[in-house]
Amino acid sequence: MNIQARLLAEPSDAFISDDIDVHHDTGSMTLLGFWIYLMSDCVLFAALFAGFAVLRNNTAGGPDAHELFSLPYVAVETACLLVSSFTYGMAMLAVERGRQSAVLAWLGVTLLLGLGFMGMELNEFGNLIHDGAGPDRSGFLSAFFTLVGTHGLHVASGMVWMLVLIAHVLRSGLTDANKTRLACLSLFWHFLDIVWIGVFTVVYLMGVA
Amino acid sequence: MFGKLTFDAIPLNEPVAMGGVAAMVFGGLAAASLITYFRLWGWLWKEWFTSVDHKKIGVMYVVLALVMLLRGFSDAIMMRTQQAMASTGGAGYLPPDHYDQVFTAHGVIMIFFMAMPFIIGLMNIVVPLQIGARDVAFPYLNNLSFWLTASGAVLINLSLALGEFARTGWLAYPPLSELQYSPGVGVDYYIWALQISGVGTLLAGVNFVTTILKMRTTGMGMMQMPVFTWTALCANMLIVAAFPILTVTLAMLALDRYLGMHFFTNEAGGNPMMYVNLIWAWGHPEVYILILPCFGIFSEVISTFSAKRLFGYKSMVYATVCITLLSFVVWLHHFFTMGSGANVNAFFGISTMIISIPTGVKIFNWLFTMYRGRVQFTTPVLWTIGFIITFTIGGMTGVLMAVPPADYVLHNSLFLIAHFHNAIIGGVVFGCMAGFTYWFPKALGFKLDERLGKVSFWCWFVGFYIAFMPLYVLGLMGMTRRLNHVDNPVWHVYLVVAMVGAFIIAIGIAAQIAQILLSIKNRVALADLTGDPWNGRTLEWAVSSPPPFYNFATEPVVTGRDAFWEMKEQGLLNEPLPAYRKIHMPKNTGTGVVVSAFITVLGFALIWHIWWLAIGGIATGILVAIIHSFNEDRDYYVPSDVVAQTEGKYFKQILARA
Repeated sequence: MNIQARLLAEPSDAFISDDIDVHHDTGSMTLLGFWIYLMSDCVLFAALFAGFAVLRNNTAGGPDAHELFSLPYVAVETACLLVSSFTYGMAMLAVERGRQSAVLAWLGVTLLLGLGFMGMELNEFGNLIHDGAGPDRSGFLSAFFTLVGTHGLHVASGMVWMLVLIAHVLRSGLTDANKTRLACLSLFWHFLDIVWIGVFTVVYLMGVA
Repeated sequence: MFGKLTFDAIPLNEPVAMGGVAAMVFGGLAAASLITYFRLWGWLWKEWFTSVDHKKIGVMYVVLALVMLLRGFSDAIMMRTQQAMASTGGAGYLPPDHYDQVFTAHGVIMIFFMAMPFIIGLMNIVVPLQIGARDVAFPYLNNLSFWLTASGAVLINLSLALGEFARTGWLAYPPLSELQYSPGVGVDYYIWALQISGVGTLLAGVNFVTTILKMRTTGMGMMQMPVFTWTALCANMLIVAAFPILTVTLAMLALDRYLGMHFFTNEAGGNPMMYVNLIWAWGHPEVYILILPCFGIFSEVISTFSAKRLFGYKSMVYATVCITLLSFVVWLHHFFTMGSGANVNAFFGISTMIISIPTGVKIFNWLFTMYRGRVQFTTPVLWTIGFIITFTIGGMTGVLMAVPPADYVLHNSLFLIAHFHNAIIGGVVFGCMAGFTYWFPKALGFKLDERLGKVSFWCWFVGFYIAFMPLYVLGLMGMTRRLNHVDNPVWHVYLVVAMVGAFIIAIGIAAQIAQILLSIKNRVALADLTGDPWNGRTLEWAVSSPPPFYNFATEPVVTGRDAFWEMKEQGLLNEPLPAYRKIHMPKNTGTGVVVSAFITVLGFALIWHIWWLAIGGIATGILVAIIHSFNEDRDYYVPSDVVAQTEGKYFKQILARA
């Protein structure tokens, strides 16, 4: 570009040829982009919730939520995920302080809690299928497995991502790029927590009540 | 080992399909051998396929759109000839089961693989330049988005040669699209082609919203953005908000088909009406995703060629935002006949009428921009005026059908077909053509031949009216859509006229191909040396044509709307800077191509139930993406003397010209 306005607008010593021209803050841009992606994910879950709301009573003579779900079990599952959000928060605080080993430790704890959550969810799914209440039993169960399963798939991807980030941190430390990555995963992880609160309320609490 | 895939999958007994396959194979082989002969593979790979330059990605999107336009249009010609031949009792030449695939493929291709890539391609070429940025926010993601779209296009073309395509209509309503009634692979091709390209579109949406919000140059507030950028912003916000619904809907249909679930089945508590609601909750915003950027194109074209500021910039922006919001509360007008009750239908009927108000505001803005301007009747202006007339008619028939009782009569009739082609051809296609002609010199450095451009416009314009006005009449006479053969001499005449119209459009398309070839041949005479061939108003005209890969040597400073026009008025242009600074740029990467290739494998394997290949495809794709994240060698600095040389060459061009 060749706009003299630029010349006029800046003091002449700005034109040292080794200067780098206009460096966008890529970290904040990535975070905004990730927020926008999360909002689209939010719409995705909204559509799944809507589908569940439409089909929740379509049990086709099969079992309903009341017969299938055990609230204490789901409460423990929920606790796993909520505490994992807290431990991820601790990891981010450690990132702020630049303490790499603490970051890795808290990520490890988060990963274990995530594993616990996934284990419990898969166990629940397994039991339901074994008892003849699989996703092909009724519209209600299709919607249930899809909503909860999609959330589980997100958690599982978050865990793979966490492993990758642990490798990144081990490889190059707490660089700016890695901090941005950890911040994105943090948003993702907390977002899944919020979605789960919706699942817990709409699927389990309202189902059993 | 190979799932459902056997040699029987090749439709050897369908001569029309095999003709299409032969054309595709020969076309592909011819292109490949030409590329090999001129030793262009390396160049294509390095300079285009792996490019993260938004302008090149935009060009690739538009090329994909033009190729798919030919495919989609041949479907259209087949339908028009079939109906003309088979309306007096004959069977025509397309058996019903092939004809059903043709009309499904026509709709899917035209919307997802013609209109969408065309629009996203133009946004890619133009938006970063208009906001004074060096690239989009996430250049690598941009490349991946393109290749995912291309991956969907590959799958849909493959369905012609292997197996079949859906016979369900372009939105694949259940229960027809369920396994029980569509046991073949057609619907599976549909699902995975759209899922994969849909993810690409969603990523593009995220990318552009971030780009427009974060990367505008100094001094460009939201209300200083060019109107095309505004419409692109709104369209991309719609993408982010609407495409996840499509993903969910198609995923539910896939789960029904693959895992025996009961979302939309007739039995076991499924609800097919939920599909119709969900798909239109995406589908209606989709219409505006396509048309809003076209409104932006017309705004740019009409103000440039009237040499006037756009009339009512603010009302244009507010109208765009209103349409964006309202587009989410009109979806039910696609199925008043579902019988949701008088109150629900009344709500959606009224909201549909309301959405026509901001659209009307825009029409008047364009008219008043031309009023007392020095309008030059170039090809883009012809497309624009053709649009204003045609779209107004299409809008009126739309409002007519927004009245639920009227819709009960007209639902699924050819009146509806005429209406939405009136809006989509008159709006989106004319818009894409206007944008294509207008920005072609910016993207490739030379103008398109005007004479053939005008021939093409007149063929499209006249052909459109001859092809679709009879369909309005047929709709009022009671002819429904998607009929393979009928026996009604009264309708026959109209169908023959419609076919003639389609062939006139075909001449228009031929003229466009000739226009592109002739312009390439005369590219030296048609070259745009100044970078500003139309006396433009916005920043994309402030750089050379084609722009240097870094777009702007220094960030332009903007003080108002029509930034480039202001700079020209104040005489602030066309002098090289005393010194340039080095520029930070992203490096090309092949990851997008490779990941998309594995995702294509995944789609193919899922369609044919080849589970080991599906797992391998997705696992490898993810692995490649993860390995890419460890690549630290992503960017570099363009040395200041390279910038100085590039800019110097451009100034020499301008001086030589002066």
